[in-house]
Amino acid sequence: MAHTVPVGQKWWSGGRSPFNVEYGKLMMWYFLMSDAFTFGAFLISYGTIRFSSSSWPNPNEVFRSFPIIGEMSVPLAFVSLMTFILIMSSVTMVMAVGAGQIHDRKAVMKWMFLTILGGLAFLGCQAWEWTHLHEEGAWWGRNPFMNIDGTQSTTNFTNYFFTITGFHGFHVFSGVIINIIMLIKTWRGDFERKGHYLMIEKAGLYWHFVDLVWVFVFTCFYLL
Amino acid sequence: MDSSQGTTTHFEKEKTSFDTKAVWRTFWILLGITLFELIIAIIYYETQFFPKHILNGVFVIMTLAKAFFIVAEFMHLGHEIKNLIMTIAIPACLFIWFLIAFMWDGSSYHELRMRYDSYQYEQSKTKVVQPEKHEEGKKPGKE
Repeated sequence: MAHTVPVGQKWWSGGRSPFNVEYGKLMMWYFLMSDAFTFGAFLISYGTIRFSSSSWPNPNEVFRSFPIIGEMSVPLAFVSLMTFILIMSSVTMVMAVGAGQIHDRKAVMKWMFLTILGGLAFLGCQAWEWTHLHEEGAWWGRNPFMNIDGTQSTTNFTNYFFTITGFHGFHVFSGVIINIIMLIKTWRGDFERKGHYLMIEKAGLYWHFVDLVWVFVFTCFYLL
Repeated sequence: MDSSQGTTTHFEKEKTSFDTKAVWRTFWILLGITLFELIIAIIYYETQFFPKHILNGVFVIMTLAKAFFIVAEFMHLGHEIKNLIMTIAIPACLFIWFLIAFMWDGSSYHELRMRYDSYQYEQSKTKVVQPEKHEEGKKPGKE
């Protein structure tokens, strides 16, 4: 299904984009590359510290709470719910992009609205998780959890956890704001007048990137 | 965005190659991989059945698989032309060096600490007494 390029097509002889995408979309890709390196630097720094430590808290012990059900221990259940919400909102975003390609304004609005809801749900979950950990005594500079082998843990664990999930949460927050702006612009008919919905695609790229980063954050903090 | 009119004519309009089925297939793959990861994480937590190192390798491979599906399908990179794919994929290869170098550095640091830093060494051998668990009910405003 890959985009087929006619044989002998000269992409670099001028007069056309050698990447076959619009300028703004290409620049969004390059912005996301740089952002990927920022997140990469954070996560690799976390990895280095973790490799240099003799032990580390057990994520199954730390992240075992779920709202409402109280004391029951359900390791990783809540964070899986968050992952599911984010993947789901990625799907609705793709649907919005697809609806934009066939200029279906109503459908774009519907899917964008659902994507925003997903983003807000994710932020709500993260707020609950942070509040819960804070109540257990975890925060920047404070770590109530022990290492998995029963030795004294350092604050590296909480510092990295709150910094990186916080940075990711801030990206989700910006994504929600961007999506709200896109929804308003769709509603006003801006893209209809312009003749294309490429802005939705650019916002979509950013939104999927946020999902992509979460995949790595999820593995690094909750599974490894 | 004043040049957008111009740019649209410059690149070949994609013939709405939007495929709802492919999107849902990607969704199910991602969900499936995530659930599988969780199940083995929880089985490991309950039974400590297999070595954690192997498990971590499995997690990393599955994470990369998920990343591939998100980038290729959701971000549509798999359907762009090769020029674009390469300008993204080649710089991303820096991560290979990045990971090897820094993880290596971290474990070397660990070895040095264990050998020369007697305080760190003691700490890594001393078990702490688990502090009394907080009574949930004692805290005000908590369900």
